[in-house]
Amino acid sequence: MNGRFLTFAFKDERTNTVEAIVAEFTLPKNSKIQPGKHFPAKDAKKPRTFRIYRWNPDDGQNPRIDTYEVDMAACGPMVLDALLKIKNEIDPTLTLRRSCREGICGSCAMNIDGTNTLACICAVDSVAKGDVKIYPLPHMPVVKDLVPDLTHFYAQFASIKPWMRTQSAAPDRERLQSPEDRKKLDGLYECILCACCSTSCPSYWWNGDRYLGPAILLQAYRWIVDSRDEDTGARLDDLEDPFKLYRCHTIMNCARTCPKGLNPAKAIAEIKKLMVERRV
Amino acid sequence: MSTNAKDLRHPLKRARGFGSAQSGVGHWWTQRVSAAALVLLSLWFVFTVLSLLHADYSTAKAAVAKPWNALLLILFVVTMFWHAVLGLQVVIEDYVHTRWKEVVLLVAIKFLAVLGALAGVLAVLRIALGV
Repeated sequence: MNGRFLTFAFKDERTNTVEAIVAEFTLPKNSKIQPGKHFPAKDAKKPRTFRIYRWNPDDGQNPRIDTYEVDMAACGPMVLDALLKIKNEIDPTLTLRRSCREGICGSCAMNIDGTNTLACICAVDSVAKGDVKIYPLPHMPVVKDLVPDLTHFYAQFASIKPWMRTQSAAPDRERLQSPEDRKKLDGLYECILCACCSTSCPSYWWNGDRYLGPAILLQAYRWIVDSRDEDTGARLDDLEDPFKLYRCHTIMNCARTCPKGLNPAKAIAEIKKLMVERRV
Repeated sequence: MSTNAKDLRHPLKRARGFGSAQSGVGHWWTQRVSAAALVLLSLWFVFTVLSLLHADYSTAKAAVAKPWNALLLILFVVTMFWHAVLGLQVVIEDYVHTRWKEVVLLVAIKFLAVLGALAGVLAVLRIALGV
């Protein structure tokens, strides 16, 4: 896929040129962002300016920032409302993912005003004065405009085998769980895999090919801590790796950015504790 | 991170990679235990060095030669180099993405750490044993 890295690309995968001894902090030439088009609003009662990252894989151009003025007097309150208004009424070429518009599907995860979040539950008014800047999730290959390629992220999720694994014979009814054990899943089961946390994590930026990242590790812990799952040891075995797990350096961007208010860093710390517990 | 159109392998093949290295917890635990040890050893070291301010050569040498001081100094030197090499290893793994440079650096820091630690230990022993 001919994607563009958005921020802090450490190597150009297309030419595979990696000459710097450490991570490169500049974008490859063909990923440098150019000034884009301006779409002014006529007779707007409550105008608000949106500056949005645009990149089309088919036109051979560099990415650009387009500027849209939206009349918030005739628009819903959320950033997603404004994006859909732009797409419907101003520029139909703007490309983005969206589905549930209520913070449960994770489709509209993007970088708004410097923070990864869901456009559908991010109020335009919560963005401090000035332009609302919108970019795709950082350091992922871009498919088009605000759509990142999450193929590897989803494959990493599949790699932890995120389903209940048991050895005992299947009972005649559901496997039971005490209310106390069920409580241990709170703060974990709510994860919607929007990838806001993983793509905010510098460790995932630099080593995302091998590091599982906060979202997948939180999901891994969700099964490790589940009282009904009987494959805890194998799950820990699969994670005990300098890259899969131990790239987490408690930077905490994950917990700060999670639009669902979860704490992946804590889940990772719990995994590390279990690793020590079964050895020391 | 970008997926290559020419790559016919399934994304899961890439995500699973070589599987788990079955190590990492030892490194992580040692780094933390050595950090805790260094808190105490560093306090002792700073205190000792401060107490030797303005002391002449023979007084300083006699202080290092005291059994407890020599023992703690050796502990400090070994723990410090051990902790440093563990930390440097993480930094190199994080940021150096050219494979041969990464491997060369990982090996080089280990040699240098052993060299530094042995030199430090030898220096203390020479003073302590009066060789």
